[in-house]
Amino acid sequence: MPSRTVLTDGDIDRAITRIAHEIVESNHGTKNLILLGIPTRGVQIADRIAQVIQRHYPDFDANASVGRLDITMYRDDLNLHPNRAVTETTIPAAGLDGAVVVLVDDVLYSGRTIRAALDALNAHGRPSVVRLAVLVDRGHRELPIRADFVGKNLPTSRDERIRVQLTENDGETCVVIES
Amino acid sequence: MATILIKNATLASGSVTDITIDGETITAVGTGLSATADTTIDATGLVALPGFVDLHTHLREPGFEGSETILTGSQSAAAGGFTAVHAMANTSPVQDTAGVVEQVMALGQEAGYVDVVPVGAVTVGLDGKQLAELGAMAASKARVRVFSDDGKCVSDPVLMRRALEYVKAFDGVIAQHAQEPRLTEGAQMNEGKVSAELGLTGWPAVAEESIIARDVLLAEHVGSRVHVCHLSTAGSVEIIRWAKAKGINVTAEVTPHHLLLTDELARSYDAVYKVNPPLRTQEDVLALREALVDGTIDIIATDHAPHPIESKDCEWQAAAFGMLGLEIAASVAQEVLIESGKSDWSRVAQVLSQNPAKIGRLEEQGQEIAAGSTANLVLIDPTAKRVIETSHSKSENNPYRGLTLPGAVKHTIYRGYATVTDGKLAAKGRN
Amino acid sequence: MSQLKHLLSANDLSREAAIGILDTAEEMAGVNARAIKKLPTLQGKTVVNLFFEDSTRTRISFELAEKRLSADVINFAAKGSSVSKGESLKDTAQTLEAMGADAVVIRHGASGAAQKLAQSGWIEGAIINAGDGTHEHPTQALLDAFTIRRRTFGVGNSAGRGLDGLNVVIVGDVLHSRVARSNAILLNTLGAQVHFVAPPTLVPANAANIQAQIHYDFDAALAEVQPDAVMMLRIQSERMNASYFPSEREYSRVWGMDSTRLAALKPGALLMHPGPMNRGLEITAVAADSPNSTVLEQVSNGVSVRMAVLYTLLATERI
Repeated sequence: MPSRTVLTDGDIDRAITRIAHEIVESNHGTKNLILLGIPTRGVQIADRIAQVIQRHYPDFDANASVGRLDITMYRDDLNLHPNRAVTETTIPAAGLDGAVVVLVDDVLYSGRTIRAALDALNAHGRPSVVRLAVLVDRGHRELPIRADFVGKNLPTSRDERIRVQLTENDGETCVVIES
Repeated sequence: MATILIKNATLASGSVTDITIDGETITAVGTGLSATADTTIDATGLVALPGFVDLHTHLREPGFEGSETILTGSQSAAAGGFTAVHAMANTSPVQDTAGVVEQVMALGQEAGYVDVVPVGAVTVGLDGKQLAELGAMAASKARVRVFSDDGKCVSDPVLMRRALEYVKAFDGVIAQHAQEPRLTEGAQMNEGKVSAELGLTGWPAVAEESIIARDVLLAEHVGSRVHVCHLSTAGSVEIIRWAKAKGINVTAEVTPHHLLLTDELARSYDAVYKVNPPLRTQEDVLALREALVDGTIDIIATDHAPHPIESKDCEWQAAAFGMLGLEIAASVAQEVLIESGKSDWSRVAQVLSQNPAKIGRLEEQGQEIAAGSTANLVLIDPTAKRVIETSHSKSENNPYRGLTLPGAVKHTIYRGYATVTDGKLAAKGRN
Repeated sequence: MSQLKHLLSANDLSREAAIGILDTAEEMAGVNARAIKKLPTLQGKTVVNLFFEDSTRTRISFELAEKRLSADVINFAAKGSSVSKGESLKDTAQTLEAMGADAVVIRHGASGAAQKLAQSGWIEGAIINAGDGTHEHPTQALLDAFTIRRRTFGVGNSAGRGLDGLNVVIVGDVLHSRVARSNAILLNTLGAQVHFVAPPTLVPANAANIQAQIHYDFDAALAEVQPDAVMMLRIQSERMNASYFPSEREYSRVWGMDSTRLAALKPGALLMHPGPMNRGLEITAVAADSPNSTVLEQVSNGVSVRMAVLYTLLATERI
């Protein structure tokens, strides 16, 4: 399958750094900030963002502020595919009530994953505000959902596939488009 | 009545011959017979045997006509090559009086496909408490000689002794359904490895064997003959073998299903495999086959037991016990005795015709194919292979469906009347 | 891994599938610990609890599981059966199908009833065996395995694990116990070693196909095996009347779990019981209420495990 790398290791690094600063800027600081990664790679990206924030704002405790939100049971397409495995959900000890929750995912596409994530969030508390950070926005939204913080806008056609690789998961870090 | 000429039939001995029939009698057996006959049957390649006699059939009439009637059961029997069947007594009303057995015989004659010989109950109402009027039944028009409470065991040892003694007066025989009731309360299938996995209450082999052991000793003690129905275990075979070696006058039967099927089939929980006595293990099947070959077992008897759909299309525990058998008995006999290479067509004739006729004391059945004998014959194509699908029975509880079995009945001649021609059942009986 | 269509027997579960269900149950347990115990996952699905045998506890457990997944629940207490000439299993099933059941949870007095339902073609939906006669009770085995796993490895540390190398002793009427049968199968699938302790009359005469070591002496078995879990089965007094054992007194003395036997267990060993318990017969009150006892958590784990089973069977494309 012909593929081309659209983001390199360095590109991704810089994008994550910029997103981290944008998050802190829009929140006027790190107070009440919670990052919830959507499995699998959203979790790793959330971790990376948190590490950057902590580097620049030592008051921010990355370990206590990052969680993972499994959205499998809130999906709207369960009856269209074979049964999916459910993975762990971890919510930071401080809870979500009144928190500034930033959902983090690797690719924003139809928007359905985020819709499911918003439903999943409901079960855990009432954030004061929910924002969305994604590494790649590839367009083709099927629902009125938009990201607040975007690493890179990558217009694609529907028959292309975007592959996000992260070292923690896949051995190397890059974003590849396959046609 | 009509005349029939059968050309080029192969007898059990292997010789090829012609047979002529006039009315109810065989008039000549020999080569090159050229008679003008109303019907000529080209029996080239077909094996001619005396018409089969079933010592154990359930015709369900009177009382359970939803499953089978004497007419439909007779038709199924004829299709299987039978010219006589013994109708078991567990009807409603029970065949325990001269009146009922005469009625059953009359209905059989009216149907006209086979000799329906009623079996008399041993005890009134099959209740196991009081002897039925065995003498009256023996003296009736039905001339009952075989008595059985089949479905239930004559478990009271004193009652069994009395019955064995009493029938000596008219050369009768008690056919015992060997099942110690206390050891088999709530039993659903063979007690063994499979029942332990399936959680179905087991029917242990010892419940059959202990009754047989008792009965052969009783028969010896009172000097009577005894017949054991549907032998199903290797242990039972050993007991019969021992008894015969001692000179005890015992005969034994085996069903087609016990010669072919095992309790592994119960894993499907499909109640078509639920039967009493139950399907056993492969070891039991092999022992029964060996016993049929070596003479320890005298006959094949079908225990044809039709049941309506609602009694089988349900959970195992709620289902009735029993399987069809009339139309595959000959094929199973061929499988066990011929295809195995272990015996021959003479043995087939013995186990399906001559021996059962002798046990039932039927003078016009199971005879040698010779001039002067009653014309009860079956012609089988031994090369045919049938995939078992439908049957002529009113019921459908057929465990052989989908199996391929050897041999096919091409013609059945009942007292000189062709009940089956070219594999097709005659539309009417002989009357 | 091929999609599971029904859960009729513990044999339906490969090791991978069983661990998958246990792992999913961990997440479901998380839901059950929240303030709002609800997931939208089975919204719009209709699940029928078809109970031919009285069993309030199991039925409530399934009902809770179904409701927490937002399914619509119908409780069908079938009076009578083919045996007592009530409505036949076939007619009942076809009626439910006509009403549009996506899944049927069936508890029936006849062994093989669940399999009959699944193979008959009367119902299109998923069939879950909630106990068929003396044959199997697969969700009980799953919740038992889940309980053992959680206690052994800890909450949050169990995911992906089997029960390899653990020794489990099951005590009681094995012959008539669907719990024993399903557990023997599932525990072996998960890598545990199973032992039965019972009077000789209450063990199948031919247990060649059952993967368990059989012991008649409870104390000797405990000393020899040093089990990680002991599972007591409920004994029914009807068995005494059928001469399986002479008296309740003798049974509890020889095969009952009492303080002495409890003390003989290694530290941390689990004492389990599927419930309901006959306090004083197969288990003393002291033992039942000891820290080793997992009876209550088995109940709450039952809801989580049944949620996992329902999720696995129903949140999927229908084949």
